[in-house]
Amino acid sequence: MARLTAGIACSHVPAVGAAWDNKKTAEPYWQPLFAGFEPSKRWMAENRPDVVFLVYNDHATAFSLDMIPTFAIGCAESFNPADEGWGARPVPVVQGHPELAAHIAQSVIQDDFDLTIVNKMDVDHGLTVPLSLMFGDVAEWPCKVIPFAVNVVQYPVPSGRRCYNLGKAIRKAIDSFDQDLNVQVWGTGGMSHQLQGPRAGLINKEFDAAFLDGMTKDPEALARIPHIDYLREAGSEGIELVMWLIMRGAMDAEIRETYRFYHVPASNTAIGHLILENNRSPK
Amino acid sequence: MSLDKPYSDIPDTVVFDADMARLGYHLNQFCMSLMKAPNRDRFRADERAYLDEWPMSEDQKLAVLARDYNRMLSLGGNIYFLAKIFATDGKSFQYAAASMTGMSQEAYAEMMIKGGRSPDGYRTKKERE
Repeated sequence: MARLTAGIACSHVPAVGAAWDNKKTAEPYWQPLFAGFEPSKRWMAENRPDVVFLVYNDHATAFSLDMIPTFAIGCAESFNPADEGWGARPVPVVQGHPELAAHIAQSVIQDDFDLTIVNKMDVDHGLTVPLSLMFGDVAEWPCKVIPFAVNVVQYPVPSGRRCYNLGKAIRKAIDSFDQDLNVQVWGTGGMSHQLQGPRAGLINKEFDAAFLDGMTKDPEALARIPHIDYLREAGSEGIELVMWLIMRGAMDAEIRETYRFYHVPASNTAIGHLILENNRSPK
Repeated sequence: MSLDKPYSDIPDTVVFDADMARLGYHLNQFCMSLMKAPNRDRFRADERAYLDEWPMSEDQKLAVLARDYNRMLSLGGNIYFLAKIFATDGKSFQYAAASMTGMSQEAYAEMMIKGGRSPDGYRTKKERE
């Protein structure tokens, strides 16, 4: 059977992708950030998944205002890195896992979460920057990836509670898939940041630290945080953190925090990163 | 009965909700068109003529021509869509964010290196006064 072994939280900032692609990772501004992911790459080399279920948001790339699905699951064979207006990132094509994706869609929709099925989609920095940070420079991504896009662009976005419960339904689906696969769930985006208006540049280290603690110790409390608190405390784009709760909902109630990293700034954003492992996973 | 919008109390922030999305639909779809290189070239060649192909309001067009991002936000623009304009101009997200705060890019970048803008004083309009 498929088994969910680990959950990863990771911010995704376009400037991080640009720094990576332009070989600026050793520059003083970027070095501390990329150094913070070195332990993650080592961990990943020893804990390579077969499939990553990657929760992210599209940034007006695949979805314009013509269609705005709240939850969209990528069921295609492959997904091309998108041209976001300055050329596509020079990273490998993302290989999907249509069989597991279809299984999850079937299971989760029957559990009352109405997913949008997507069979053709380009993926933007929201998905490819976390892959670069966790896997480094590679000719091919070392695993399959199921993109799972959440609307956090047009308000209202799904609530933290709904995301957390959706994570539980995704877990149930993974547990019932009859291929022997090591699966990870990643939640991306966040942490505190605001990209717009005179309030741009907002960073709330106290909120972020409490959120990181809560991911390990009390995700139920995090799931009760209302939209307005994210907007007020973590900035208008900090609401991306609801996506982390899909990952956390999919994990066991009791988990161990293997690694944590936090860094300000990456351009306009606080970067947060966690590696969480289910206790029953072998150490 | 109107919907409750508690976020209207947050200072200096436009929350891109369904009402704003309706207001800004054509502005944002114009921005999406800049994802294609031939459209970027046509826009650069004659911005006004390109904008006139879209059923946007005159205020929206003038805001685009002036690169007044705060004005665009107030007229229904969403930052991830507006990003296509400053990408076309060869400008970064940090440049655009700084321009919206009224700070120079250098001063804004320095603020971020020092840990960013504290939420203290920015939680509510009352706190901001």
